[in-house]
Amino acid sequence: MAPLFALFWVLLSGHFTTLLLVLGALSVALVCLLARRAGLTASAGASIPHALRLPRYLLWIGKEVLVSAVAVVRRVWSPRPDLRPAVAATPAAGMSELAQVTYANSITYTPGTLSLDVDEDQVHVHSLVPADLEALRAGAMLRRVHRLDQGRRAGR
Amino acid sequence: MIVLDIASVVLLAAGALFVVSGGVGLLRFPDFYTRVHAAGITDSAGAGLILLGLLLRTPSWETGVRLLVIMLFLALTGPTASYVLAFAARRDGVPIWREGDPRR
Amino acid sequence: MIVAVMAALLVTMVLALARAFVGPGRYNRILAINMFGTKTVLFVAVAGFLFGRPEFLDIGILYALVNFVAVVAVLRLTHYDDDLADDLADDLADDLADEPATDGEDRA
Repeated sequence: MAPLFALFWVLLSGHFTTLLLVLGALSVALVCLLARRAGLTASAGASIPHALRLPRYLLWIGKEVLVSAVAVVRRVWSPRPDLRPAVAATPAAGMSELAQVTYANSITYTPGTLSLDVDEDQVHVHSLVPADLEALRAGAMLRRVHRLDQGRRAGR
Repeated sequence: MIVLDIASVVLLAAGALFVVSGGVGLLRFPDFYTRVHAAGITDSAGAGLILLGLLLRTPSWETGVRLLVIMLFLALTGPTASYVLAFAARRDGVPIWREGDPRR
Repeated sequence: MIVAVMAALLVTMVLALARAFVGPGRYNRILAINMFGTKTVLFVAVAGFLFGRPEFLDIGILYALVNFVAVVAVLRLTHYDDDLADDLADDLADDLADEPATDGEDRA
């Protein structure tokens, strides 16, 4: 974790005087200490190959966000908004903790769906119209998160 | 770079439109959970497009890095804050609005 | 164009403030304040470009983090309050069965 923080400091500071580098080293040490005390030692399964698969997922989620944001904006401006909120659990079994967080956050990040609660093997989702919930259940996003987690071979 | 300028203007205009729509939705939607959706548009589409539009007109790479960091932080904290809020509200028993209910 | 984006952000911030004033209930208010905060981050970033002062972006980063921590902290506090109240109520109920547990908070 420490190299990441050090890189972050150098990127944001951009100065290489002794004083600032020492201050940076102290900050990195302090943050690592605090993170350890808070029980955040492991990197939760993030790795270099994982990071390499990330851009493709980000492009896809960006497209999804734009498409569904347009749909929600239509509802905002329509004279009588077509709102039929639905709440249901969608399956999310057999995922690492990181994948579960990615999935739940992606659901919330996409306008129109909102994750309310994350269980061991499912996510409770609130959606503006039932169609969004059905699209989620069809599993396109779930498949992509699985692929992000395990690579193409295991992701099917 | 006229192309970059035009692309930047288009992204900024679209982002501004999404942001205002989210604000209007926050006032118009009937209950707490639907309002979280409205606030979510401004967090994801609005913030992303505006920051991308600014990224296309950065004078130096240091500014670009800072814009990317802001984008990353907003993309991570926005949905997390929404989830924490919705989770707390549901645990506290805030009822879910169904079609035909009065506004609240 | 930059000025138009700033105007849009200001309008949205006013709308969020209106929702924060109207409520109803604590969750609507926290939601509105959270949105006000993220729009402030964007506003600071855009203002940096308008005035040609990219240093503003550092303030934006800081504001984004502080805003998130503040929202989570407020929620944790209200819930610790509730948990504490519940625990105390349980203890009281054990000790003196005739004291009903009261919960004066306005629910959303």
